[in-house]
Amino acid sequence: MTATGEVEQTALSTQPVERAPRSGGGPVVAARNAWRRLTSMRTALVLLFLLALAAIPGSLLPQRRLNPAKVVQYRAEHPKLAPILNRFGLFDVFASPWFAAIYLLLFISLIGCLVPRVRLHLRALRRAPPSAPRHLDRLPHSARYELDGAPDAVATRAREVLRGWRVVRREESSGAVAVSAEKGYLRETGNIVFHVSLTLLLAGVAIGKLWGYTGGVVLEEGRGFCNTVLSYDQFSAGPLAGSGGLTPFCADLGKFTATYDPDGTAANFRADITYTGQDGVERPYALQVNSPLRLQGDRLYLISHGFSPKFTVRTPAGQTFRGISAPFLPQDGNLTSEGAVKLPDALPRQIGIEGLFAPTAVDAGDGIISSGSPQPLNPAVAIFVYRGELGLDTGRPQSVYAIDPAQVASGALQRVAAANLKPGGSVKLDDGTSITFDGYLQWASFQVARDPGQRLVLVAFAFLLLGLLLSLSVRRRRFWVRLTPSAADDGPRRTVVEFGGLARSEAGGFADEFARLVHRLRESRKD
Amino acid sequence: MAVNAGLAQLSDTLFTTSIALYSLALVSYCGEYAFGRRGRVAETAAVPATAKVLVGAGGPEVAPSAPPTSSAPSAVSGEAGDGAAGSPEKFGRDAVVNRPAQRFGRLAVLLTLLGAAGHLTSIVLRGTAVDRIPWGNMYEFSSAVGFVAVAAFCVVLARQPRIRYLGMFVMLPVILLMFLAGTVLYAKAAPLVPALRSYWLAIHVTAAITATGTFLVSFVASVLYLIRERYDRLVPAGAGTIRFPVSLGSRLPESRLLDQVAYRTVAFGFPVWTFGIAAGAMWAEAAWGRYWGWDPKETWAFIAWVIYAAYLHARSTAGWRGRKAAWINLLGYGAMTFNFFVVNIVVAGLHSYAGLS
Repeated sequence: MTATGEVEQTALSTQPVERAPRSGGGPVVAARNAWRRLTSMRTALVLLFLLALAAIPGSLLPQRRLNPAKVVQYRAEHPKLAPILNRFGLFDVFASPWFAAIYLLLFISLIGCLVPRVRLHLRALRRAPPSAPRHLDRLPHSARYELDGAPDAVATRAREVLRGWRVVRREESSGAVAVSAEKGYLRETGNIVFHVSLTLLLAGVAIGKLWGYTGGVVLEEGRGFCNTVLSYDQFSAGPLAGSGGLTPFCADLGKFTATYDPDGTAANFRADITYTGQDGVERPYALQVNSPLRLQGDRLYLISHGFSPKFTVRTPAGQTFRGISAPFLPQDGNLTSEGAVKLPDALPRQIGIEGLFAPTAVDAGDGIISSGSPQPLNPAVAIFVYRGELGLDTGRPQSVYAIDPAQVASGALQRVAAANLKPGGSVKLDDGTSITFDGYLQWASFQVARDPGQRLVLVAFAFLLLGLLLSLSVRRRRFWVRLTPSAADDGPRRTVVEFGGLARSEAGGFADEFARLVHRLRESRKD
Repeated sequence: MAVNAGLAQLSDTLFTTSIALYSLALVSYCGEYAFGRRGRVAETAAVPATAKVLVGAGGPEVAPSAPPTSSAPSAVSGEAGDGAAGSPEKFGRDAVVNRPAQRFGRLAVLLTLLGAAGHLTSIVLRGTAVDRIPWGNMYEFSSAVGFVAVAAFCVVLARQPRIRYLGMFVMLPVILLMFLAGTVLYAKAAPLVPALRSYWLAIHVTAAITATGTFLVSFVASVLYLIRERYDRLVPAGAGTIRFPVSLGSRLPESRLLDQVAYRTVAFGFPVWTFGIAAGAMWAEAAWGRYWGWDPKETWAFIAWVIYAAYLHARSTAGWRGRKAAWINLLGYGAMTFNFFVVNIVVAGLHSYAGLS
């Protein structure tokens, strides 16, 4: 940190003076110079800019953590550029080594800067305010008056006026009495608190990243899950989280309710669940947006919702599959949803139903439907029925929301019917199989998250803000009074009082405070 | 929750009215600026710095006429160098300069206050019409930011009366922003989606609005600082004809004052912005399952925060004070603007509440 400018102003700061890099060879000198350069304010500034700059691609390019599907799409659209971007981690900027390098350097620089500052500040806290400068009238704020009373008496009055200041009284060699006062140490205290809190905050973030986990699960009404890795549709954990020790609890989705305003805006989403914690007692909870369920550090969130169309399939072999359903994925704000229902046990051949569900079906006139509202006012499906081999046992992973297109391409699976159905409507295949659209269930998706660093982040933040407010609002300032017996010594005793004041350049309103102090001392009477 | 169409209509009318009043204020500020005497600011700046406070060096008999317990505005004007004689008239210096300028200035302030009153009423009525805090979309947000900028200017004005004619430089971006709000960004009064129905909306967005409005005033101060600073370098160098916009420098306050206004507004706005980000993080923890997820909006809020932090550091670093710091301040507002317009409208993210379709 460089401290230049007016000497008197820097005297009010506890910024360490930056020493010039020493010349000469030797690894020790080189290392020391490198350290000084790293911990200089200039380097910190450059690193701050780099950090801001480095974050930009993370907001403009699709990010794997935020939206993996978009990354896939981007890579398909930019086959030449994408591999280069990928090599530099630009699809996962905030976990990339170069982003980490910038903020780690910044924090090393910060700590290297902070340690000497803390030392200097502790020293300043113990030290008495400095002696009065010889020429108080050369300070930015000064005044001079003659007051009643002997210097000693005026000095006592000055101490009273300066209540709340750190005050020291000195006898000068010339015989004058000088009172030095200083105030505003909290500025630097706040500054240090801010920066220490910032490092604690980073530590909290790191703890969360290392030991935290999140899991996501989709549940239809009437179904449940338990907090184990296997029951999640997706699960990601920090390297130290350990998959064995998830907090044991289970939750069942009873009913999902979406309510709407008259104009069609969604007003509330609510999932009525029952959950069982470690004590084995079952409790109800109304899970809503903005109000997660909090269980000993684990939190359960309602993330999204949608519809699962229900079908009844009767095969010529005499099987009846009643009320089979699968969650369909919303494609737009009106919940036009796509998905697939698979029947690997159907005889004589497997059956798959792929299609589209619209809670409020609007027919464009050509038989293609979409949804006009997220409310189930006129539910309908548009389905393709497939028969043959679904390919679930090929070992090739396939989406639960679609029929495997490779099976269709190879001819193992054939499209045998297409139909738009309202609830109760059915379609019959050539072999006598009938498929009836029974209606729908609702589903909701949930996220379980645990972040053991979160509390530290919150506490660190509270201190960070406190420190910031102190360091930006408190002013460090000094005030001196020099008292010399008046030369005219025949009447009652009088004292020539010289005032001097000094504040940091940022100080607004010190002129006012200075004037007030001078005024109060002048108005004070010896009693 | 039904929308009260009548109140919403009235709110829109008042919004338009306040734009008109601000525009008239802008014209008046321009009038004050045009009639103001060239170089008057340089004159006042020439008062020796030692005369800043009380000119009490004359001895016990010379008592300052203004009581030192005076209120903030007169104390700050005292800093400017007119405290010695004690100016009974608040805008005493303008009276010395000339009358038309002063009349224009007073009219401008009156129009600004009227406009602000109409503006505030428009915001309150919008909130009443939809029965919620009225900052749920870009129109409402912009309107509120414009109001905060005007209010912040009024606060600065109360402390530094001599910057009054700079109102034109504040009104210009405010009118522009409000015009955009009323046209491109306009959204009809409507209820909010469930995710936004939370008390955090009031906390988080209020902080964001306050910081954005304050930073706007700071941005204007830094632009003017850069103009004046360049003017001050060109004039002694005998650069011949000085072209627009540097030529504006002849009538701007001294650069030190502009720099101070820029700093103090950031010093106020930065903790507010910090708090706004943290409030957003707490809300995200309750709504989205994590307190921070590098959503584009979060990322740009972070970028702006880092730039403003750099500004505060730059001001206490040799070689970075002054011009470079002012440029950093402009960069900071660039990030704020990008975050509002580009991220809301172009980049898709969780904060897609623009209300535009």
